Amino acid sequence: MSAKLSDIKNGNCATVTSIEDSSIRLKLMEMGLLPGREVTVLFRAPLGDPMAIDVDGYTLSLRLDEASMIQVEEHTFAFA
Amino acid sequence: MKIALLGNPNTGKSSVFNLVTGLRQQVGNFPGITVEKKTGTLQIEGNTHTLIDFPGTYSLYPRSKDEQVVYSVLSDNQAEDYPDLVIVVVDQSNLERNLFLFSQIYDLGLPTLMVLNMTDLAIRNGIAVDVEQLHTFFPAAQIVSTNARVGMGKERLMTAIAEIAKANPEKRNPIPLCQVDDVSCQEQEAEVRYTFIKQIIALSLSKIEKEKKASVSKLDRVFVHPVFGYIIFAAILFIVFQFIFAFAAIPMDFIDTGFAEFGNWLSYSLPTGVFSDLICQGIIPGIGGVLVFVPQIALLFFFISILEETGYLSRVVFIMDRLMRPLGLNGKSVVPLMSSVACAIPGVMATRTIADWKERMITSLVAPLMSCSARIPVYTLLIALVIPKTTILGVFNMQGLVLFGLYSLGLVSALLVAAILKLILTSRDKGFLMLELPSFKSPRWGNVGITVWEKVKVFILDAGKVILAISILLWALATYGPSETMRNNIAKAKKESKELCLSEEETNQSIASAKMESSYIGHLGHFIEPAIRPLGYDWKIGISLITSFAAREVFVGSLSTIYAVNETDDVNKRLIDKMRAERRADGTKVYTLAAGASLMVFYVFAMQCMATLAVVKRETNSWKWPLIQIGFMGALAYFGAMITFYTLS
Repeated sequence: MSAKLSDIKNGNCATVTSIEDSSIRLKLMEMGLLPGREVTVLFRAPLGDPMAIDVDGYTLSLRLDEASMIQVEEHTFAFA
Repeated sequence: MKIALLGNPNTGKSSVFNLVTGLRQQVGNFPGITVEKKTGTLQIEGNTHTLIDFPGTYSLYPRSKDEQVVYSVLSDNQAEDYPDLVIVVVDQSNLERNLFLFSQIYDLGLPTLMVLNMTDLAIRNGIAVDVEQLHTFFPAAQIVSTNARVGMGKERLMTAIAEIAKANPEKRNPIPLCQVDDVSCQEQEAEVRYTFIKQIIALSLSKIEKEKKASVSKLDRVFVHPVFGYIIFAAILFIVFQFIFAFAAIPMDFIDTGFAEFGNWLSYSLPTGVFSDLICQGIIPGIGGVLVFVPQIALLFFFISILEETGYLSRVVFIMDRLMRPLGLNGKSVVPLMSSVACAIPGVMATRTIADWKERMITSLVAPLMSCSARIPVYTLLIALVIPKTTILGVFNMQGLVLFGLYSLGLVSALLVAAILKLILTSRDKGFLMLELPSFKSPRWGNVGITVWEKVKVFILDAGKVILAISILLWALATYGPSETMRNNIAKAKKESKELCLSEEETNQSIASAKMESSYIGHLGHFIEPAIRPLGYDWKIGISLITSFAAREVFVGSLSTIYAVNETDDVNKRLIDKMRAERRADGTKVYTLAAGASLMVFYVFAMQCMATLAVVKRETNSWKWPLIQIGFMGALAYFGAMITFYTLS
């Protein structure tokens, strides 16, 4: 199921498919967020924004408007 | 040999730096830019090498002001700091992302040494790196494993450096970098690199698959909890400020009286004259005025660096970001604003970590509105002067409430001004956060100590120079004046003292007071009197406002001189008595509740700190921003004080 990373629920896994062309795309790529990368949404800040995701063993926090530029394919199974 | 130290943030780079250089460190700036440069020396087999610590980055291509220096130094072999050897610290537990920066640096062709750090964390995470395999991908590089936090691997690292120094390897042919503004070239490069790194990882990294791949740590469940997260942060703030205000007072008093007595002792010991006056009344109080803030600054950075070391501070950024954003600030603005409660100078310097230009600018501009420790002596004096010692609702002490109110006023106005600046300033890019939340670790006390030492040193050198220079200038302005009036006034004071049969000490004080009135600064005070009369001030307060530009707490000292109170006595009590008795020509009191409150409000808002202005100038590379800062803070102070005065009188 295709979605934005910002819409993925805590605890769910997704694979990055593309990143919107923007001033932060390069920075996201340098942080390891490239198409094909599997990420897990870990938790969100108290007001729901920013969110923290696991990228291959490290924790990255993104504002929701940053995460909404990342298109992902959500996995149908979830990790608790 | 010149050695550059690079690596991702949170890889233990500073632990590696401290490990090999110990305390032989210096803080300076990279030439031409305002990024802090830490250099250290290390001696191996009789040869001295210089190690330069570069800001932590994820890529050679910069995304913040701090990071620009990495690109500009490494892409220019004529640069002053262009290294002979590059040491890249790599976090083993996070090899893939770390290899991105490493491979970029490797391709520059310089002799390269990889420090595989965080062995313990990698083992805990079930990760094993096949170093020989990894080496085949970077044949020209040396690889050394360390665990710098516990001091492991120092020998191996030193030996490797020594070997490279001895071998003196040739520079390989570099693979050219993209232009710094060519984003599409850089994006292509990122894709190619990560494809290459995937192959490396597949061959040289083995991972014991755990049942759950990614999980939220127990600590994070608490620290970012919607309720407990904020309660814990508030509790930590409370403890930190308790230390800063209550416990720092002891050494501060000690420094304060120490310098006052030393100055007095010296003025009796030295032959009288201009030179002795300059030393005893200009230079020594100037140095004392700088050093008195050291305990608070040291304590504040002690706590901040513990919070940083443990990884907690990035959680604060995480939970505060959404709250700060509507104000044009960033989660990372919390630390600069917090620091500014001790002193705005380290506060403004701490804004460097904010990648977004607009958010960084706003943070620097509003930071001096937070009530810093130099305002405390002013607040204390004024509160004791005009606020009665009554209790409200049986529990709250009125004077305490007013002090709390002044701090709140500073904080609230900082946030409001930020929100307004957000609407005014136009940004080139959209703000972004993109922050790594490192895993929790226990702090390394050595690193904490070094951070505290560095911050104190920067404060003394940076702020100290300005405060000292202004102190001397103000001393000159307060000592010299048009000679005619000065001679007359001194003669008059002498005559009056004789008629009143004053003691020698009292006579001297009244002469000092007369001197100040007829000095250039006295004239300045008279000159600005019409402008400050609507705020409820007279020329004596005017003088003190002007002298406050050296540092706010000088206000108290100036009033003591004007009202001829001996400095070493219980200054506040006697000064307060004199100030209470002060009348205008028409017989009304000068220091009414309205005038006192108006002064307090003035000190909350006014940008009376040359040292901070100098730092803002340095950080923004132009006089435009400090001037804007003087302007809006001055306007706030003037009109705020005027409104207060008219409401209360």
